[in-house]
Amino acid sequence: MKIMRKASRSKVITYGLVAIAFIIVQLLISSGNISSSLQGQLVPICAYVVMAVSLNLTVGVLGELSLGHAGFMSVGAFTGVVACISLESIIPFTILRLTVSIIIGAFSAGVAGTLIGIPVLRLEGDYLAIVTLAFGEIIKNITNCLYVGVDKAGLHVNFLTDATSLNLSEGGRVIIDGPMGISGITKLSTFAMGFALIMVTLFIVLNLIDSRSGRAIMALRDNRIAAESVGIHVTKYKLMAFATSAALAGAAGALYAMNYSTIIASKFGFNTSILILVFVVLGGLGNIRGSIIAATVLTILPEMLRQFNNYRMVIYAIVLVLIMLATNDDNLKGFLSNLRNRLLPSNLRKGKKGAENG
Amino acid sequence: MDKAKRPETKMVPVPSTNLVPERDVDKLPVLEARNLGIEFGGLTALAGFNMAIGRTEIAGLIGPNGAGKTTVFNLLTKVYQPTHGTILLDGRDTNNMTTVQINKAGIARTFQNIRLFSNLSVEDNVKLGLHNNINYGMWNGILRLPAYWKGERRAHEQAMELLSIFDMQDLAGNRAGSLPYGAQRRLEIVRALATKPLLLLLDEPAAGMNPSETAELMENIVKIRDTLQIAIILIEHDMNLVMGICEGICVLNFGKIIAKGTPREIRNNPQVIEAYLGKKKEG
Repeated sequence: MKIMRKASRSKVITYGLVAIAFIIVQLLISSGNISSSLQGQLVPICAYVVMAVSLNLTVGVLGELSLGHAGFMSVGAFTGVVACISLESIIPFTILRLTVSIIIGAFSAGVAGTLIGIPVLRLEGDYLAIVTLAFGEIIKNITNCLYVGVDKAGLHVNFLTDATSLNLSEGGRVIIDGPMGISGITKLSTFAMGFALIMVTLFIVLNLIDSRSGRAIMALRDNRIAAESVGIHVTKYKLMAFATSAALAGAAGALYAMNYSTIIASKFGFNTSILILVFVVLGGLGNIRGSIIAATVLTILPEMLRQFNNYRMVIYAIVLVLIMLATNDDNLKGFLSNLRNRLLPSNLRKGKKGAENG
Repeated sequence: MDKAKRPETKMVPVPSTNLVPERDVDKLPVLEARNLGIEFGGLTALAGFNMAIGRTEIAGLIGPNGAGKTTVFNLLTKVYQPTHGTILLDGRDTNNMTTVQINKAGIARTFQNIRLFSNLSVEDNVKLGLHNNINYGMWNGILRLPAYWKGERRAHEQAMELLSIFDMQDLAGNRAGSLPYGAQRRLEIVRALATKPLLLLLDEPAAGMNPSETAELMENIVKIRDTLQIAIILIEHDMNLVMGICEGICVLNFGKIIAKGTPREIRNNPQVIEAYLGKKKEG
C-alpha cells in the first residue's frame, strides 16, 4: 500500500504543477502582464507538452527510440482540421467541434500508429529508430500529395493529381491543397483547451503506467526475455504503448493545427520529431514531469532569446548543451538531493530508507 | 544439511521407460521429452534427450560447462524451437507453442544470468509474474474502474503472500536492481512461482550464494515443492545441493545424456566421474 500512495502522491504533484502554471498564466493574461508573442506561444506550448509526454511513453516507458513522432502529429493535424471544416455546418458550437476534431485527429493517428506499429515493432533498437524515421517522412510526403475537398456530397479525396480534379460541385471547398496544405483555418484552439488536453494526456499516461498494462510495458523495456518468460505478450504491449503514444500525438497535432490559419505538411518533418525527442531526453527518459517542464522551457527559450537576433539559435544550442551536462552531472544530482533532504521535513521524504541514506 | 535424514526416493519407470519417483507413477508425468534435439547450423547442441518428470519430483540436470543444460531449458520454454523430438507438457504436445504460451501452459523459469525487471520495485516484479492471473484491460486501468481496484488489491495480496516464502515482504518497495545478489535470485524464483506453474525450471539457483544461503535455499526449494505440489528441475553446479534434494538426476555431456538415476547411482557412476574429472591414466 505504501508504494501505491507514493505513486499517487507523485501524480497529484504533477497535476498540481500543471494546474498552478495554468492559473498563473491566466492571471497574467487577465492583468495584461504577458507579452503578445508569448501569448501566441501558449497553445503551441500545450501541444508540445502533449507531444513530449506522449513520446516519453514510447521512448522512456517502452524503451524504443521513435524518430517519426511528428508524423503522427501530422496525421492528427490534417484529419482534425478536415473534420473541423466538414463539421462546420453540423456542429456550430465551436468548443464541441474542436473537441470532436481533436478526438477524430487522435483516433486516426492511433489507427496510423497501429498500422505502422505492426510491421515496425518487430524490429528493435537502432533499426526501429531508422524505420520510424522513414515512416515519419512517408507520412509527410503522402500528405504533400493529398488533395481533399468537401461539398454537399461529402468528402472528395484525390492523390497525386491537383485540386481541380476533385470535381467539387458548386459551393464545394478545397480543404487540403497538396503541398499548399490547408489554408483559411478558423483558429479555434484556446489555451484553456490546451490545458484540458494536457490534463487528459497526463491522466491517460500516468494511469496507464501505474496499471497492469503499464507494468507489462515497462517490463519489456527492462528485460524482454524475462517478460516473455512470465507470459507477457510482447507485440501486444509494444503496440499498445506505440498506438497510445501516436493517438496522443494526433490530439496534439489537431490542437496545434487549429491555432494557425495555414498548415503545411513540411511543418511536421524530421526536425519537429527531433525537437520533441530533445524535450523527452532533456526532461529525463520515463520522467513525465520532466518532459512537461522541458517542453515548456525549450519552447519559450527561443522567444526569450529574440534580443540576440542572429545569434539566437547558437545561444539556444549552447543552453541545450549546458542543460544536458548539468542534468547528467552526478555531483550536481547529489547536491540537489541533499538539499531536498535538508529542506523538506522528514515526513515528506520518500520513506525511512531514503532518510537514513541522506 | 543432514543428508541422512532425507530418504532416497525409489525411481520407477513410466511407459516411456523414463524414471519418475514412485509416488508420482500413477499420475501423468508433468513433462516428457522424447528424443529432443537441436542443431545450430550443423552443430548439434543436444541430441536424443529423453526425460520424464513426475508431478512432484525435484530433478537435477548436471554436467560440465557447455554440456547443453541451459539449452534444454531453452528448448523446454521454446526460446529455441527444437529441431528433433517432442515435448509433452501435462500430456499436451507443445509443438509450435511460443514462450508466452508455454508459460501459460505451466512452465516457469529463472535465468542463469539474473533477468529481473531491475528498474521496477520488488512488488511490481512479482505482480508481473501474476500478469496473467489478474485480468483487467488497458481501459480499466486508465479509467480506474472497479476492476482495476479489485485486480490490484488481489495482486498486492498475492504478491505479499508469495514474497513471504523467502521472507521478503519488507523489501517489497525496493528497486529490484538494488537488491543484493542472493535476494535477486530469490526474487526471480518468486516471480516465476507467481505465474502458477506446474513445472519450475531453476537455472543455477545457488550461483553466487554462500554455504548458509545455499542451505536455506535447499530447504526453501523442498518447501516450495511440498506446499505447492509442483515439479522442479534445477541446473546446479553445487553438488551438495543437487545430491541433497534431487530425487532423479540426469547428467549431460557434449549434448548427450551420459547417465540417469538417483543421487547414489550418479555419485558412483564411472562415466559421470570421467566426465567431471577426466579419465584415469592406464597403467
